Amino acid sequence: MSIFRTHVLIPVDQNTVQAGVFEVKRHLENQLQARKLDQEIKVLETGTLGVVGQGVILVVFPERVCYTRVKVEDLPRIVEEHLVKGRVVRSVEHFTLDIKPGVREPYQLGLAREQKRIVLDKAWKIDPENLEEVLASGGYRGLEKILSSRLSPPAVIEEVKKSGLRGRGGAGFPTGMKWEFTRKAPGEEKYVICNADEGEPGTFKDRLILEGDPHKLIEGMQIAGYAIGSQKGYIYIRGEYDLSIRRMQKAIDQARESNLLGKNILETGFSFDLEIKKGAGAYICGEETALIESLEGKRGNPRLKPPYPVTHGLWQKPTLVNNVETLANVPEILFHGSDWFRKFGTEKCPGTKVFTILGHVETPGLIEVEMGTPLREIVFSFGGGVRGGKRFKAALLGGAAGVFLSEALLDVRMDFESLKDNKAVLGSGAVLVMDEDASILDMLLSILKFFAHESCGQCTPCRVGTHQLLDLADQFRQGRGSEADLERMVNMSQAMVATSLCPLGQSLIMPVKSAVDNFRGDFLKNGNPAGKTPG
Amino acid sequence: MTPQKIIQQYDPLPENLLSILHDLQDANQRHYLTEQDLQLAAGHLRLPFSFVQGVATFYTMFSLTPRGKFIIRICESPPCHLLGSTTIAQELMKLLSIQFGETTGDELFTLEMSSCLGVCGVAPAMMVNDEVYGNLTPQRIREILEEKRRGA
Repeated sequence: MSIFRTHVLIPVDQNTVQAGVFEVKRHLENQLQARKLDQEIKVLETGTLGVVGQGVILVVFPERVCYTRVKVEDLPRIVEEHLVKGRVVRSVEHFTLDIKPGVREPYQLGLAREQKRIVLDKAWKIDPENLEEVLASGGYRGLEKILSSRLSPPAVIEEVKKSGLRGRGGAGFPTGMKWEFTRKAPGEEKYVICNADEGEPGTFKDRLILEGDPHKLIEGMQIAGYAIGSQKGYIYIRGEYDLSIRRMQKAIDQARESNLLGKNILETGFSFDLEIKKGAGAYICGEETALIESLEGKRGNPRLKPPYPVTHGLWQKPTLVNNVETLANVPEILFHGSDWFRKFGTEKCPGTKVFTILGHVETPGLIEVEMGTPLREIVFSFGGGVRGGKRFKAALLGGAAGVFLSEALLDVRMDFESLKDNKAVLGSGAVLVMDEDASILDMLLSILKFFAHESCGQCTPCRVGTHQLLDLADQFRQGRGSEADLERMVNMSQAMVATSLCPLGQSLIMPVKSAVDNFRGDFLKNGNPAGKTPG
Repeated sequence: MTPQKIIQQYDPLPENLLSILHDLQDANQRHYLTEQDLQLAAGHLRLPFSFVQGVATFYTMFSLTPRGKFIIRICESPPCHLLGSTTIAQELMKLLSIQFGETTGDELFTLEMSSCLGVCGVAPAMMVNDEVYGNLTPQRIREILEEKRRGA
């Protein structure tokens, strides 16, 4: 392996791809080659940086200078000035970047400041398709530690329990407990499923883990398999996530070739293998029992619970279903220990959380920060505040099945417990910001339309209820709704909580009630009869 | 690859149904599943035809009617909605003179709604086949359609 004096990292994700990252990369490589610099400077494709809407991004190491909105025309200057002469090109937008795990440092720009990265620590620093790099940067060291020290499966579960890790898919169930239930469930054959059917509107954190550090997910699933006594895992990925599926498959193939997956892993006697299953476009399949049905090759209709998947899951066998972000936390917890993990976040919700900041903010994108970070900090510091100097009106937390928070709750801390105390949910970690001109009624209509479309139709309360709620809300758009209609909407969603079969029908109460309670005026005023959100 | 060959690659296990349907649809030039495709899958997996059809119609990525060369899927989820996806949808309908779910007469474009594409940072966004386009404006839409027409 040759030594390079400079590395140019090019984060590749959907955002940079659509901004033309491959063309920029091709030109850069050609120019370096033409100047015979390709033996000194290495161009590296990495996963996401988390900065979105800023075009193509180049990060130059060791200086940690991050150029944004890079065009092909900018390259000669970057090559000549920076890569040859070592001077930062001031005429191209840039900032200095520093994201380190567990270290607090002040930074300049919204998204690049004060993050604590555990799950996405490596996503933008390594080439996810290069196993050597993954291993050199500490990949599989959690698994290695367990296997080489012969830590028993119950001891692994104990460590996860002590860490206080809770499911990052939305519900926040203690991960260690789920593992223990599955381990103790009777049966020889058990399965680990990674829920990568990321469909919650406004959420793309799991995709960035799948694409940026796929080996971390493999490692997390292996540790889970070891702990519960399973030899087979499935990763159920949304059919729309083309790049994720390809990267993940490549990682699995590499791991198999190096005996990190398969039979008798690293000669330790532990066997575990993985398979990817591709979804086909159904929001409901994010619900664990619907996902299992779909994995079995059926329509994604949720099952009646109990029994829970921990005892009766895939093919009625004990099955552990965990979210991508949850599993990606596991290797670090096992390597560093639960005490290390508990240093981050809050007492009841340790660790970090990945949030996506969207809507009317200056710098939309993705961050990983400690659990319990105040919403105000996320919106105004990381998100750069409300776009165009407008006033903050509301934030929709947790995706479509989320809660509308008003300005009064801006100081709420973003963790499972604090949000629950304020009748809100953390959900998937999406933070959709709306400025003073946005209509909450219009947003609620959009949410209700989404649910009416995505209801699987299996149970009547949800199939009919979603459409009736949509009709009721539409009355307000036409300027005909009354106070009584508002009560009717809340009552109907409450009835759906009591009678729906699965969380889809049960979760509509959250957007409906929070919109009606916190933004009553948006429904009853005549000032915005069209109920339209200005662009 | 012929549909028969695609099917033979899979063990006759019901769990392979979704993968088989994906492959059959990808191999079809008009991006859809024919009745014969469904029958083949049903026969291979020893499942009732009605069951296979039930699965194919449940998932939005499968189509039982022929589609255009370019499938435009516009994200209709709340984050895109907030940033003006409705305007984009209307512009597309106007420029292509079709409604959502329809295909243009020249068999070039099919217009579909999509749930969140996960590129909310560049909302409003859409996909044309496997390519993502973000920060859309009516002007940008015209350029993209023009680009695709020229490439077709």
